[in-house]
Order: sequence, then structure tokens, then C-alpha cells
Amino acid sequence: MPYNLKQVVAEKPSRFTAGHRMCAGCGAPPVARMVLRALKPEDHAIISVATGCMEVSTFIYPYTSWTDSFIHTAFECAAANVSGAEAAYKALKRKGKIPEDQTTKFIAFGGDGGTYDIGLQSLSGAMERGHDMVYVCYDNGAYMNTGVQRSSATPKFADTTTSPAGKIIPGKMQARKDLTNIIANHHIPYVAQTIAVNNFKDLYEKSEKAIYTEGPAFLNVLAPCPRGWGYNTEDLMKINKLAVETCYWPLYEVIDGKYTINYKPKNKLPIEEFLKPQKRFKHMFKPGNEWMIEEFQKEVDKRWEELLNLEEITNKVQE
Amino acid sequence: MSIRERLSGNEAAAIAMKQINPDVVAAFPITPSTEIPQYFSSFVSNGDVDTEFVAVESEHSAMAATIGAEAAGGRAMTATSANGLSLMWEMVYIASSLRLPIVMSLVNRAVSGPLNIHNDHSDAMGVRDAGWIMLFSENNQEAYDNLIMAHRIAENKDVKLPLMVCQDGFITSHSIENIELIEDDKVKKFIGEYKPDEYLLNKDNPIAIGPLDLQSYLFEHKAQQAEAMKNAKKIILEVANEFEKMTGRKYSFFEEYKLEDSEIAIVCMNSTAGTTKFVVDSLREKGIKAGLLKLRVFRPFPAEEIAKALENVKAVAVLDKADSLNAAGGALFEDVTSAMYVNKKQVPMINYIYGIGGRDTKADDIKKVYEDLQKIAKTGNVEDPYRYLGLRR
Repeated sequence: MPYNLKQVVAEKPSRFTAGHRMCAGCGAPPVARMVLRALKPEDHAIISVATGCMEVSTFIYPYTSWTDSFIHTAFECAAANVSGAEAAYKALKRKGKIPEDQTTKFIAFGGDGGTYDIGLQSLSGAMERGHDMVYVCYDNGAYMNTGVQRSSATPKFADTTTSPAGKIIPGKMQARKDLTNIIANHHIPYVAQTIAVNNFKDLYEKSEKAIYTEGPAFLNVLAPCPRGWGYNTEDLMKINKLAVETCYWPLYEVIDGKYTINYKPKNKLPIEEFLKPQKRFKHMFKPGNEWMIEEFQKEVDKRWEELLNLEEITNKVQE
Repeated sequence: MSIRERLSGNEAAAIAMKQINPDVVAAFPITPSTEIPQYFSSFVSNGDVDTEFVAVESEHSAMAATIGAEAAGGRAMTATSANGLSLMWEMVYIASSLRLPIVMSLVNRAVSGPLNIHNDHSDAMGVRDAGWIMLFSENNQEAYDNLIMAHRIAENKDVKLPLMVCQDGFITSHSIENIELIEDDKVKKFIGEYKPDEYLLNKDNPIAIGPLDLQSYLFEHKAQQAEAMKNAKKIILEVANEFEKMTGRKYSFFEEYKLEDSEIAIVCMNSTAGTTKFVVDSLREKGIKAGLLKLRVFRPFPAEEIAKALENVKAVAVLDKADSLNAAGGALFEDVTSAMYVNKKQVPMINYIYGIGGRDTKADDIKKVYEDLQKIAKTGNVEDPYRYLGLRR
């Protein structure tokens, strides 16, 4: 159904219930809630979650926040777990062992640790094999569950517990991996990048497309983390908005190889706006470190330009 | 009428899987078990089975997908060897903790390093505490028979544990032997439909599995696994009994080969038992009372039964095809000696580490073990119980 916040909330009760132990100001729970709201009420889902904040805070024996069927096994294999379940669904449907009118959808959630890093192989395999599933990465840019260690999703210069901003080395020295494009290059039917809060319409509509597009789909959702990023919990919405307005985290989708940027800011904000409210970038604002902000800005600009080009090229090719 | 065939061990395992007709097979190739998913893929391609074959990108994903499939409510199987099992290791423990009756064909091979593709039991020994039922097979017939019995044991309501059927890489996996197959319809009837009580695809009763399980509950959950493993002993014998009625082939926890009146005995698993039987026969011709205890069920470990079977022997040698590198002895040796001690059976025992990395173990090697045992039986003294067999000095 077309997105209307009031209608969606009124007509689709949350399938991810309250009472979990995620932090206040965390971007991940709204991701789980909104992605699942995109399911048709009559459809059933099997959800697989990688070990990480989302798993350990929502399913502590004997309590669970998940109203659908749920499986967690380990850190690196949410995609492989769900691909096995999807294969069983196909086989059992074929044998008539599942009611004909039952529709089950397969959704995996993982943080950037379980997705960009330790789970990349299992994700890539599942996408390539073409399972009818959605993989949702809630990207908070570090291993937050174990206490803010750097990941390949951590932006350059960020201060983490394994890339501390020290006297000699000023934070993480490597640029962030572009996972959305890596998965887009698997040539699967649907890939999108979106945010956890601030633009629920975008998240909802992309979730719906991802779930109801036949074949593999991937959603990369920027989900801020107050502990790891060092912002005030009430600033969650603001941080997410600034990520988009600075073009640090563009909203776009790739449908059958065709790129569409869903939002192009009229006035692209300077990257400082996004960096400044976050403690992990605090050292970049010390006198003498202006070069770090300049370099960061250059990287953002370069990637934004590349994305604009991709949109142009892929639309031209397919015309 | 049963079907007489000539098959390799891998073919036998693949044929058993075809007759089982599982819902999902997820596997990744690794020598020497590669042929199993290869043969099985051709069954899928030709429509001989209804299975969904998931050609995963690693063994870790093979076990993860198998777990997902079994948890979803399907019968799921896989096959692997050596490093494949090592890569799965994390998931092997999770499979049993989720009480999923997955069945795996493990074609035993040396775990790296250095790299070696040949047979020993280091892969299986690496998961001996993982909560899987572990059946060992002397030859192709047993590899086949054990797989046919596997689901009945694993899926039993009092068990609900994953099960692996081991056979020796190359020695049996690639050797063609005569085999007696059971008719498809009989296998189907014997195994029956898989009807789990709770499963992910049950829309009307959604379940959540694999929680964060902390100090208040994990211990109790682990104790339930231990209880299930104890229950498996009874079920293994019940299923063997039914299997015997169907085929005439008798199975138990172990096979006692001329053990009853023997004075010296060897305990071993898998194909070496065949060589040992040959040596036992030749020694018996000379009036030497040699015997063999061929262990089939390594997990659950039939400690009491083993102790009883060996109580009247004057000296026992346990052959381990994997070294524990603990300066004390192999895993099977430790289990058997512990079984003897706890059951108050005082029999001199020695351990031989043998066949590592596919080192050929010949009849003469086994003969040497019995000669050593004869000396020990005379004196009752064991010097250096932790020994190597067939090591070049």
C-alpha cells in the first residue's frame, strides 16, 4: 500500500514488539519495526538475525520481541541460515507440505560487522544463488555490540576502540567500504540505500519493494548509534537527516541495474554539519586538523559524483 | 528382494541420500567427499529426488543453510571432510544445541596442517564433544546402512540430535565393493515422514530459536542435550533391531569379533577393523586368542558396554587414527581407559596412534600390535602406553 504514516501504523500493528533492550536513541529498532511493517498483514515471515546488538537485545531467553518465526545462530551466517530456510520452503511447497495459501517471506538482519565484514561471504553467496529473500544491513559503522571497534563500514578518521584517535594516528586511516555498490554488482533485482529514521516513507517503500520483488534484495540502512557515534540520544533524527543532506549517505536504489537517486539535496550541506555533533570525529575539529575535514569532504564529493554518474550511465544504457 | 550392486563408499552414501530424498541438501566440495554432492546434484538435475540443492559458497554456509532448512521444518543433509568440518565447527555445535536432527556424511580425512587429503580421523575427533551422534563404518555397506538408520535415530522425540556417519576417506569412499541395497519403497517406509513438533515454517505457531541464553538457563539447556545423548543409546539399539528385521544385517554399539574368549584385543574404528579381522583370523589359526572390538557408536559413548566386553581380556590395544597431541594418548584410548576404570575393570591397556595422513596400515602392522599385546598379557606390565604404529624412525 502507498505510504501514509498514520495508516501504516494504524492498520499494521508492529511485528517487532516493545520491551527489547536496545539503547535509547539507537537507529536499529525503527529499522526492524518499519521493515516488518512493509509485510502484508496476511503474510508470514522467517527472520534471521546475525549476532550483534539487535539479536542480543531482542531475544534473551525466554523473552522475544519477534512475533514472526525467528532464527539466530551466529555472527557471519544470517544470510546462509535464511537461504536454507527458503530452500526448505520451496521443497515443502513443491511437496504440498505447506498450505497453498501460505506465503512466507525471508528476511535477514545484520549489523555492519555481520554484513560488511565477517558475514560478507555468506551474504554474497546467498545473493548470487538467487534466493527469494531480503538482507537488511543496519549499518552503524562499527562493531557496537562488542564496544565500538572499527569495521570496514567505519568512516575514515572515526575514533573507535580499535582505531583510537591517538597522538600519532588520528583515528581510522582507511575509507569506508561501499557495500551497497558491491551488492549492486551482484546484479540482483533490487538494491537500495536508506536511513533508519527521519524518512520513514523512504524506508517503508524500499522495504516493501525489497520484500515483494522476487529474488534476492538488499537494503543498506544507516542506523546511528548514540554510544559509538557520541551524539545525544534525542539527536537521532537530526544525525540521520544530516547524513543525507551532506550526501554522506545518499538515498538511492538500484532496480535491475538501473540507479535512481531518490533524494538530491538542493543545498548540499558541508560535511562538518554531519561530523560536528559526533564525538567520534571530535579530534578532527582541533586546530591543525583542518586537512582531515577537507579530505573527508573530498571523499564524500567524489562518491556523490560517482553516484550521479552511475545514475546517468545506467539509465542511458537501458533506454 | 534386496539389490546387489558394486559401489564406492561415496556412491553408497549418495544412493542412501537419494533414497532418503531429503528436502534440502547444502554442501560444498572437499576431497574426498566431493563425489557425494556431485552424485546428488545429478539426482536433482535428473528429477530423481524432490530435494532443493543449495550449492553454498563454503562449508560454514553449508552447515548454516542446513540448520536453516532443518529449523524451517525440512529434512536437511550435508557431506564434508576434514577442513570442511573444521570450517563448519562453530555451526556444528549450534546445530546440536538447537536440537536439529541434521544428518551429515563425514568422509574422514586429515585436518590441515600441513595440507593432506588422505584419511585419518582428526576431523571427526575435532567435533567429538559437539553433541552429535557419531556412527563409524567399516566398509561401504556399513556407510550405507548407517545412513539409512540415521534419521530414525536423530529424529526420535527422545533424541532430536544431529548425526554424522563417518567412513574412511579413499580407503572406503573411493573403493568399489559389493553392496546390498534396500529397495526404495522399503527405505521410504522405514524412514517415514518427518513431522517436527515445532518448526519455523509453521505459520500458526511461530517460534523463535537461538536466543541469547545466559547464566539462568544455558546450563539446563546443555543438560537437556546431555540427556538426549543418553536417550540415544536406547534408540540406536531399537532402530538397529528394526533394521535387522528388514535386512538381516545386525548392528549394535560395536561389533565383537572373536572377542568372547580372547586374551588380547584391539579396539578400533572404521576400515582398520577389516584389516584387523584378517589378522585375527590368521592368529586364531595359530591358536592365538586374538579378538577385536570394532566401535560403531562413538557418540554416545557406550562406556559400560565396552568395559563389560573387555573385562576378561588380558591386554587391550586401542588404535587412534588421530593424535590428541596432549602427551598422554588419543581420544578413543582415553575414552576406553576411562570406561574401564570407572567400571572397575583392571586390564592393561596401550594406545597406538596410527595411519595419520593416510599412512597405510597393513596386516603386518596390526600383527605387531598383537605381538606387543601377547608380551603385555604375560607380564601385565605396560611400559610407555602411548605409542606410534607405522611411524618411520
